[in-house]
Amino acid sequence: MRFPTAHAPYLAPVNSVNRIMLEVLVALIPGLAALVWQFGPGVLVQCMIALLAAQLGEAAMLSLRRRPIAPALRDYSAALTAVLLAVSLPPLAPWWLTAFGALFAIVIGKHLYGGLGYNPFNPAMVGYAVLLISFPQHMTAWLPPKELSGSALSFADAWNAIFTRTLPSDMTFDALTMATPLDTIKTQLGLNRLLDEIQAGGLFAGIGGRGWQWVNFGFLLGGLWMLKRGIIGWQIPVGFLGALFGISLIFFLIDPAVYPTPLFQCFSGAAMLGAFFIATDPVTASTTPRGRLIYGASIGLLVFVIRSWGGYPDGVAFAVLLLNLAAPTIDHYTRPRVYGHPK
Amino acid sequence: MSLFKLWNFHGGLHLDGHKQESCKAPLAVARLPERLLFPLQQRNGEDSKPVVAPGDRVLKGQVIACDDHPFYPPIHASSSGIVRKIEDLPLPHPSGLTGSCIVIETDGEDAAMDFAGIEDYRQCSPDELRRRIYEAGIVGLGGAAFPTSVKVAPGSDRKVDTLILNGAECEPYITCDDSLLSHYPNHVLEGAKILLQILKAERCLLAVEDDMPDALAALEKAKQRGGFEAIQLVRVPAIYPTGGEKQLISVLTGREVPTRGIPADIGIVCQNVGTAAAVYNAVVHGTPLISRIVTVTGRGVKQPQNVLARIGTPFADLIQQCGGYTNEAERLVLGGPMMGFDVPTDNLPLTKSANCILVAGRNELIGEKRSLPCIRCGACAEVCPVNLLPQQLYWYGRSDQIERALDYNLFDCIECGSCDVVCPSHIPLVQHFRATKGKAIAKRREREKADHARLRFESRQARKEQEKRERAEAAKRKKENLGTGKSPEIIEAIERAKLRRAEKSAPSSEGAAQIDGDKQETVVPPAGAETRRESAKVVHTETPPGGPESEAQAVPSEID
Repeated sequence: MRFPTAHAPYLAPVNSVNRIMLEVLVALIPGLAALVWQFGPGVLVQCMIALLAAQLGEAAMLSLRRRPIAPALRDYSAALTAVLLAVSLPPLAPWWLTAFGALFAIVIGKHLYGGLGYNPFNPAMVGYAVLLISFPQHMTAWLPPKELSGSALSFADAWNAIFTRTLPSDMTFDALTMATPLDTIKTQLGLNRLLDEIQAGGLFAGIGGRGWQWVNFGFLLGGLWMLKRGIIGWQIPVGFLGALFGISLIFFLIDPAVYPTPLFQCFSGAAMLGAFFIATDPVTASTTPRGRLIYGASIGLLVFVIRSWGGYPDGVAFAVLLLNLAAPTIDHYTRPRVYGHPK
Repeated sequence: MSLFKLWNFHGGLHLDGHKQESCKAPLAVARLPERLLFPLQQRNGEDSKPVVAPGDRVLKGQVIACDDHPFYPPIHASSSGIVRKIEDLPLPHPSGLTGSCIVIETDGEDAAMDFAGIEDYRQCSPDELRRRIYEAGIVGLGGAAFPTSVKVAPGSDRKVDTLILNGAECEPYITCDDSLLSHYPNHVLEGAKILLQILKAERCLLAVEDDMPDALAALEKAKQRGGFEAIQLVRVPAIYPTGGEKQLISVLTGREVPTRGIPADIGIVCQNVGTAAAVYNAVVHGTPLISRIVTVTGRGVKQPQNVLARIGTPFADLIQQCGGYTNEAERLVLGGPMMGFDVPTDNLPLTKSANCILVAGRNELIGEKRSLPCIRCGACAEVCPVNLLPQQLYWYGRSDQIERALDYNLFDCIECGSCDVVCPSHIPLVQHFRATKGKAIAKRREREKADHARLRFESRQARKEQEKRERAEAAKRKKENLGTGKSPEIIEAIERAKLRRAEKSAPSSEGAAQIDGDKQETVVPPAGAETRRESAKVVHTETPPGGPESEAQAVPSEID
């Protein structure tokens, strides 16, 4: 009897890229739900626009590069990039902004570097940073959370606002939009006001600001689920949040009039999204266990630096992009000791 | 069994054992096949020399091939019969090689030689016992087939304190050691005592995995008879690859075998439990290694079970005895699904190191994988039992940066396949690492060849320089001799002759000077010098390998 041959090992693989990407997408659900609850269905519309643009961009680039299209579209990697970008954008951002960001992320951030696995920078953050620098006005126009405004736009209103820039007759964009808590702190501190006065505003109830803390709780929940499932390692989120908490605590103790509490830092802005979903992107992060801890901690520190003394209210995107650059070097210096080699 | 402190090794995998299939059925004894095949090649070495010829009658246990080299113990006939032929047949080898095999047609009598055991081996010296192990043809039965007599001779500079008997069958499907320990615990324990005596070691740790309760119970019962105080039974967790030699040493002792070292460097010798039983049989009963227990399993075989079979039995016979193939038999793997290799045909003989014949059913095992790019998730590094960074090795290997791959300790990879199984991109990492290792070895050979050529060139240059200098000195001496004690007429005549010669040869020497630069005097070399150089060349080409190095060492003094 004749038998075909192949190379060992012959046990079927226990995991796949599709499954990992899909589970990350599933883990985004609590955070996404909190965003929709607090900021209205515009977030979902943004997700749809980004998904469409990203998948189109992916297909176009693959066909230009003469690579098989169907398997790549099924691996959910472009979809994940799209959703990560969409949840970072203001819910009523114009459709072309989102589409441009998603296309930029996929075409420039991913495929021009060689596609899946070869991009040195987190594509979603490349898209986000380009949008933030190019269209600062649109990018800072967030909505007030439902906890504050008491109401949210309907799906149809959000749809119209995003695609045609029209609002129901009794509303204007200027009246509707509002700065985020981090943005408010940054601007008001610049006006020499003290943190106590700033935080007396209605936006600042709870630990991370109204609305925002629920979003962060949502992403934390999804992140913990991913940890439990073993999709991400503990090193990057623990490094990120530990460093952010630690340095915030030091400065809070030094001068509580200017520096917010460490808990506020960890539950506002994109802290939880960054710690569990952005910084943990395997392609662009450090890969050694010790390296990941250093990588995560460095991002946490940079986030604090940018928030406190930089030009932007939040710093997750820039911190991640900077550390993406450093990841190969970190890996080089944190190689684990191989069995049987001198300690 | 008392509580025993265990250590961990990095990484590892929990795999679905698939052990029940084969260990449920009782141990079967294989029928005598019509033909027995004995490959002459052992462990990728040279062929052993057959000491029988076609037509000879051989007895069970008779030496049919041997080699003087200590690494290649003799090969014995595993039953009586007639040597039919010595011919090239497919070997059970990953690359599908063919090689010389002695084919014995059995006569059904199974007539054996007179085996004489040693009555009281405690009176024997370690060397005598090692000799006996060598003559019995014993090699490691765990898979590597390393000659046992060599392994139990760690050298006088290495003090061995611990003997480890490896009964941790970590690969899925394989249960032959489990079966051996359950049925012949006494042989293994007695074998351990002999090995302890040879090694002058203080203790023996016999490791079995915690999913082998029958084996453990049998061992404990056998141990109660007394006399085995130096042997300690240790239950180790069933994590793949605990049964790897280095990993098991880590788990049991917390010590690490230095890279490129051997366990004896840290006072340990590790043997498979089957090897210990073979040592017992060889020393106490005088029987050579002519049979072993092999697991025949998988959904492709009707009655999976362990079989005590003669070495040399064709797989087809063993599978026949296990009820034959099922309809879904799809692949034939020798060894386990992690580190084994699949073979294209069942017309292959059972070797001493073959622990498992796995006939995979439909979709039981996978073939070639379709892979995606590496997403650097690091799952491979998490499970690597050697703590390597497989994704970096893959990266460097793929881009032909062999030096970097070596710097990332490519050769510490034990090819256990753990990284391969967890890779979400389904990259055949082990296959890549094997290829990169092959490239690295080829590159090293090439470099050695280039170095060799360079040394030859340099020593030739140096020799030419030397000759040039000697010639110049000789010419100078000659000139001085000519210049002294000659009459003015003679000197004048010489001058005239020189002048004439110079005039004649000027155009050609100019042309040569353009080509040859400063080596002008070589244009008209003295006849003697030319022949000397010729002879030097001849001598040089006959220099055996290794010669140029010694020559090269002499070069500096020549230049001086």
